[in-house]
Formats: sequence, C-alpha cells, structure tokens
Amino acid sequence: MEVIRNGKAGVAGTGGAGTQLTQADKESFRARQLRARDLLRGELEGDDLEQQVRDSIVTTTLDKASSWAQGNSIFPLTFGLACCSIEMISLVGSRMDISRFGSEALRGTPRQADLIILAGRVSMKMAPVVRRIYDQMLEPKYAIAMGACASSMGVFNNYAVVPADKFMPVDVHIPGCPPRPESVVYGILKLRKMIQDDPTMAWRDRYRAHGTEETRGQGGFMSLDELETRAAQVAEREAQEAQARA
Amino acid sequence: MTEERPKDEERDGPVPEDGSAAAATREHDMDATTGERERGARIADETSGTTPQGDTSGQPNEGDAHPGTTGTGQDPEAASGGGAPTALKERDEDWEELTKRYRASEASIDFSTQLGAVATQDEAELLTINMGPHHPATHGVLRLLTTLEGEVVRDVKPIIGYLHTGIEKTAEDKAYWKAIPVVERMDYLAYYFNAQAYCGAVEDLLDLDVPKRAQYLRVIHLELNRIMSHLVWLGTTALDIGAMSILWYAFRERETILDLFEYSSGQRMHTRFIQIGGVADDIPAGWADKLLRFVEEMPRRLDQYEAMLSKNEIFLQRMKDTGAVSAEKLQEWGVTGPLLRAAGVPWDLRKATPYSSYDDFDFKIPVGTTGDNYDRYAVRIGEMRESVKIIHQAIEGLPEGPVMTGDRKVALPPRHELATSMEALIHHFKLVTEGMRVPEGESYYPIEGPRGELGCFVRSDGSSKPARVHMRDPSFINLQAYGDMVRGGYIADMIATLACIDPLLGGIDR
Repeated sequence: MEVIRNGKAGVAGTGGAGTQLTQADKESFRARQLRARDLLRGELEGDDLEQQVRDSIVTTTLDKASSWAQGNSIFPLTFGLACCSIEMISLVGSRMDISRFGSEALRGTPRQADLIILAGRVSMKMAPVVRRIYDQMLEPKYAIAMGACASSMGVFNNYAVVPADKFMPVDVHIPGCPPRPESVVYGILKLRKMIQDDPTMAWRDRYRAHGTEETRGQGGFMSLDELETRAAQVAEREAQEAQARA
Repeated sequence: MTEERPKDEERDGPVPEDGSAAAATREHDMDATTGERERGARIADETSGTTPQGDTSGQPNEGDAHPGTTGTGQDPEAASGGGAPTALKERDEDWEELTKRYRASEASIDFSTQLGAVATQDEAELLTINMGPHHPATHGVLRLLTTLEGEVVRDVKPIIGYLHTGIEKTAEDKAYWKAIPVVERMDYLAYYFNAQAYCGAVEDLLDLDVPKRAQYLRVIHLELNRIMSHLVWLGTTALDIGAMSILWYAFRERETILDLFEYSSGQRMHTRFIQIGGVADDIPAGWADKLLRFVEEMPRRLDQYEAMLSKNEIFLQRMKDTGAVSAEKLQEWGVTGPLLRAAGVPWDLRKATPYSSYDDFDFKIPVGTTGDNYDRYAVRIGEMRESVKIIHQAIEGLPEGPVMTGDRKVALPPRHELATSMEALIHHFKLVTEGMRVPEGESYYPIEGPRGELGCFVRSDGSSKPARVHMRDPSFINLQAYGDMVRGGYIADMIATLACIDPLLGGIDR
C-alpha cells in the first residue's frame, strides 16, 4: 500500500537493515514519545501540536485502506470436495496456521464468505451446486481453483469431471495433486496481493466482465437498464481503446 | 439450503406458541424415542386394527382436522396434559407405515414447487429438510434428505453421486501400471490401501510373488496410512461434536506421518509407493530412525487424545448410547471395519485372511460391546495403538533383499542395465510403451482398510489394459446402515453418527 507521509518520517527504525541507532536518534525518539504522551493528556498546544499531528498521521485513500483491510481478512468458505479438502483443512493446522494471514475464520455459509476454494474434483452433478453456492456469496467474492482437477480435470480426463473455469470465474489456480498446504498459502497470498493492488484486477478483468458488479445505484440496487447502459459504456470504451491501439 | 414443508394452517391454531409448546414437544420427542427402541416388540401387534384412518387411502385428508382416535392433532397439548402415553404409543406403532406414505407423497413432489403443497393430517408434524451436498458436517459432498418430527429423525435418505469421477472407467483405459494413480484417488484418505488392493488383485492374476522386504514395507506404510486416516477421522469428528482443539493435535501427528510419506516416496498424498510386484523404491537412509521416533512418540500422543476426550463429559454424552445398531443388523447390511468391530464382532481381514505377511506380526483386534458411537471411537483409538505395534515389529524385523520382483515382464530393469544390456532395453521399452500383459481371468483381493473391507475386483482379457476394475468400497456399504442407526434418534446424534461412520465420499462415488 502506498503511504503518503507528511513531513519527515519517523527517525527510529526507518534506516533500513543494519543501521545502528545514533545517540541523536534515540533522543529524538524519546522526545517524540514524550510529545505523544502530552498529546494524549491534552497538554500539547500550538506549533508542537501541529508538528506532532503532521508526524503521526498517515493519509491514504479510502479505497486503498479498504482493500488493504479486505486483503488481510479473507474469509474462506468451508467447502471441501475431495482429496484437496484434507490439505485445505491442514491449512488451519499448527504447521501452516493460515491465521497468520487473517484467513482462519472458515465460514459455513456462503453468505459470510469472501473466498471459495474449490478443493477437489468437480463432477457434472456437483457443478450446478458449486455455481449456486458461488452465486450466493456476496460481492466482493473470489474463487481459488485448488489442485489439478478443479483447474483442468487433472488425471481424470473423462466424462464425469468438469474444470471450474467452464462454469464460474476463477481468480487463482493452484497446481498440484493435491497441492501442498504451502502452495495454497502462496495462492491465498497471491490473491491478497491482487485484492490489495487493485480489486478490479480480479476475474472481471480476465473474463472481460466489467459492468456486472453488484453495486448500489440510486435508491437501491442498479436496475437492469442501468446495468445495461453501463455495460454498453464499457463496451464502447473498450472498442475505442482497441481502435486506438490499432 | 433447507426446504420446509409448510404446516397446515389449521394445525397452528391449537399449538401454544410460548415455552410450553417447546417443553411439550421435547417430552413428546423423548417418548417417541423410547417408543422407537421398543419398536421391535411392537411391530408384532401392529395388525390389531388400531391404525389411523389415513391408512385406508394414502391420500391427503385435508378436511379431517380432528382424527380423534389417533390423537395426532392434540399431540403437543396432550403430552403436556399427561394424556400423551397412549396416544403416542398408538402413533409409534404406525411410524413405519406413516413414513413410508410420506416418502411416497414426497417423491412425487417437485421441491421447487412444493411450497404450496398442503400436508396431510398425519404428516402435519413431519418436516423434511435437505442437508448438503454442501454442508460442513457431511464430511464431503453427501446429501441427506432428512424427515424430522420435531427434533427426532424419522427417516433419512442419503443421496450420493456428487463426487462421481468415473475412476473405474478411467482405469479401464490405462495400462495396468498406469491405473495405480487413478485408483489411489478413490478413497482419498486410504491411498496406500487402494493401491494395495488393486496391485494385489493384479499380482494374483499374474501369479506373482512379492519379495518379503516389499511386503514388510507395504505393511509399514499401510499401517501409517491407517493411523493417518483415523487421525483425520478423530479431528473432524470431534470438530463436529464441538471439540475444536483436538483437530490441531490430530493434524500435528498427521503432518509427521505425511513427512514420512514424503521422505519415502516424494509425495504427501497419493504417493504411488505400492506398485505391481513390490514397492516403488527402497526406503531412504535415515527413514527408519525417523519412523522409530514417531512410533515411540505416538502412544503418548494417543494418551493425550484420550485424556482430552475420554473423560470429557460433553463428549461422552454425545457419544454414548447414540447410533447403536445390533451386530446382526450390521452384518445384514454388509458393514465391516471399525463399525462392525465396535458392535463386538472381531472380524478383521488382517487376521481372517492374512495378506502381505500380516501373519508375521503380533497384534490384537480391538472390539466394542454395544456398538454405539463411543465404542466406534474407542475401537479406532485402539486400532491406532495396534497399528503402532505392527509398525514397530515390521521395522525391527525388516528383512534384507530386493523391494521389487525380479520378473522382467513386470518390473522395470535397473537403470544401470539399460546402458549395457540389450534385453533390458527391450523390456524397458515394452513396459513403458505397452505395459505388462496379464493373463485372462478375474480376481478379487480384499484387504482391511481403515473403514472396513476394501476389495478390488480386476478382470483381465489378456491385453495390457484391465477389462474391468471395480472397488468394493467400505464407505459405500457402511453408509447403507446409516438409516437404521439414526432413525428414532435426535438430529444432533445424526451428525455424530454420520461422523462416526467415517464415510469418504471419494470412495462412495468413485
């Protein structure tokens, strides 16, 4: 996240690895501590107050702050299909401990989940169910296809299995049969980066699905007309961009 | 994802809506439960003609609001007023018939349009809910169509097939040695067992002898796999019942076992370690020491689990006397494994028809007495202890020698021979491109999996691909007895019982 600091950044601890703190650094740090204490007591006034506020306030945009928070609290859905689900369970185990990345709160209902991990093979009979569960999730929602089966049918190249991309948008594919828990953590971190960098860079960009966001328009959800208008606008813009490129 | 059958409006009238209704229902439920247990004795005089009027037609009797003799309409009130016993008993006798009729009417209902359907007089108290295929407590993508009367389960219909992967069909399209990886993915917590059953069946067809060292290595890995499978079962079952921390302990030991698997074969799951004619490779240096450390540690870990669960009052109340079925009934359904042993039948294929040198080892078969969920838990804990013993004996007495058969028509030649021997090169080429040819015939190779008898049937037509591969998967067979286990119990016990059956949907649907 890009952070804009007003004035000189804090002295202590910003010197990079290996930098030794000088006596002056330590004194300045102590002075700032005392100023902070005075601020809390309400004893700081005038230029001192101005300076303290300038030093200690971080400004950013609401979008960035919210996507930073979103990326650090991805709630996955408790949804296991096959072999991969066992490795998914071991994510919350003591070795991987996914709570380090804020994703340990697995939710039993799609209404409360941000992320669906397709852990295992999706059969023809299960695909509509998976799609329905995905549709029940609230925006913003993300999907990870865990393992070879959910990504590309894996070793079962037959009539029964269907890859996830055929029926729902997927943000991250994790290879492996089944993937190690480390791979899954890496996938979740990739997703976190995706969310924090730019939430629109998720599946909508990849599947050219702009205009399908469930956003609130005037007085409630967008009407179908509004959505269509917006989709038309996006299409027009894309056409113009394509023309400009050509 | 639940779908309710709306109550008849007339039914809502007489039922008090405050706490007394709940209390009445509870009393009613308990009465009904005890009635269910005595059903065996009651069925005999069911023909006495006291059946309610609904029996005559099977059609909904919407207009008849007061059935009188059956007392269904006044149940909650009657129960609180003390007049319940007779009325309930009469109803209990009729539950089977009633449920059957309800099922029939239900089968004709399209769930999407059934909201307007009106319940019949007798069935007004019944409610069908749909559990799954996505439900955290169904241990996979199992769907349970459950008919409830209050909190009491009257009927349950498991619907499977949501994980059907066509593995058996895929195996027919692969050479014998290439079918092992897909077969391993059937019961995904017992991959060594799947491979052992399949390879054993093919070895029977080939009339092949497996070297002693390979047999011992197979036993070690099979028993490690059994412990691993039971650990996952223990963690998830305790989680379903509400004991969360045990999951982390169980998965800690599971990671240790998976490290051993990874060390010996390179993969955590689906290792393809066991193959036709032996095992893929000898164990690496230092593996035996790591294994011994684990084997010495594991009994203490099991003590820890038992200290956490076996004296936990909540756990005991949820497990004891729930989901019990007699051994005869289980055998009628073909149930095997820990479920059958918990009911007191010491049936274990490792003892009954020893395979892969199991007769070399000294171990016991843990059995239960009543066959309730607690016995199922205790039997599995006991099995883990016995598995540890077997592994200890096997690694101590591990014989020297090859780990793969010397038959060059089946086993790949050693790598160094390829540079010097033309024959080895030809064998290598033939095996890799076409695969081994297996003489015509059929074989069935049953082994004792973590969930029961896991048997593989292989039919060969003489070519290099199996004509048919079929797995007798214990999860599938065991799930049949589920209805008998939960009918008449509470819905909360239904969850515990399902967890204790330990069904693996990968094995059921294949």
